[in-house]
Amino acid sequence: MSVAILHHGEYVIASIQSDLSDREVMALRDDLANRVGERRARGLIVDVAALDVIDSFVARALRTIAETTQMRGAETVIVGIQPDVAIAMVQFRLNLEPLRAALDLDEGIQILDRLLHRGSPDAR
Amino acid sequence: MRDEVRVTIGADEDLVSARAEARALADHLGFSRTDATLIATAISEIARNIVVHVGTGEIVLRAIEDERRRGLAVIAHDAGPGIRDVQAALRDGYAGDSGLGLGLPGARRLMDEFEIVSEPGCGTTVTMTKWHMLDELEMLRERRRRG
Repeated sequence: MSVAILHHGEYVIASIQSDLSDREVMALRDDLANRVGERRARGLIVDVAALDVIDSFVARALRTIAETTQMRGAETVIVGIQPDVAIAMVQFRLNLEPLRAALDLDEGIQILDRLLHRGSPDAR
Repeated sequence: MRDEVRVTIGADEDLVSARAEARALADHLGFSRTDATLIATAISEIARNIVVHVGTGEIVLRAIEDERRRGLAVIAHDAGPGIRDVQAALRDGYAGDSGLGLGLPGARRLMDEFEIVSEPGCGTTVTMTKWHMLDELEMLRERRRRG
């Protein structure tokens, strides 16, 4: 599958490398739910910059990923939504609740850091 | 590049090629990147409907034009059981909590023109068009080119 999965401290980073078929999207969803548990990850970042279409199916899968990982004790941030993809999603009126999104990987990591280590100065 | 592309829809992976073909033709016709994305997203939804509800079908992408503008028409046809209530299918959330049922109304919002013809037993044809307005300079050039 064309998704690179990296581990960065207590975070799992899934970086999608190319357009995915529906079946690959479902496989990714299942894989990430497992992986978050196996690695005892506290945060998950899904980088969708390589996706040039996010339709209702992909949006639903991303939402499911976020909800599932939350039940497994981790927070999810989606990063890298392309500007034209964002326009299409808004015009389509895709509901992404309760997804958290950030511009890029750096910002995604900052959001997770803030969420998970709120108030502890020597966090990480 | 040809001005008409046919994509056979029969499996999940065909959505990937339908999206890629749509984007390539839209680029070729001078659509912006954003418009190409809107078109590819609408096609993805329509193609998925075919795969999920019928199994097989065909999508034709065609370059069209009138005096003022160029456009991309998408004609998606299947020979499935048809949609019993087209108006209902075009309402948001028709399929209930499954999360399905966003496809048709969403695709309609992404395109300029959208039409469904469906009769029980005779399959379904979705025709949708995106127009690309020519700006004044392009129109002058076009006129000169045609003499």
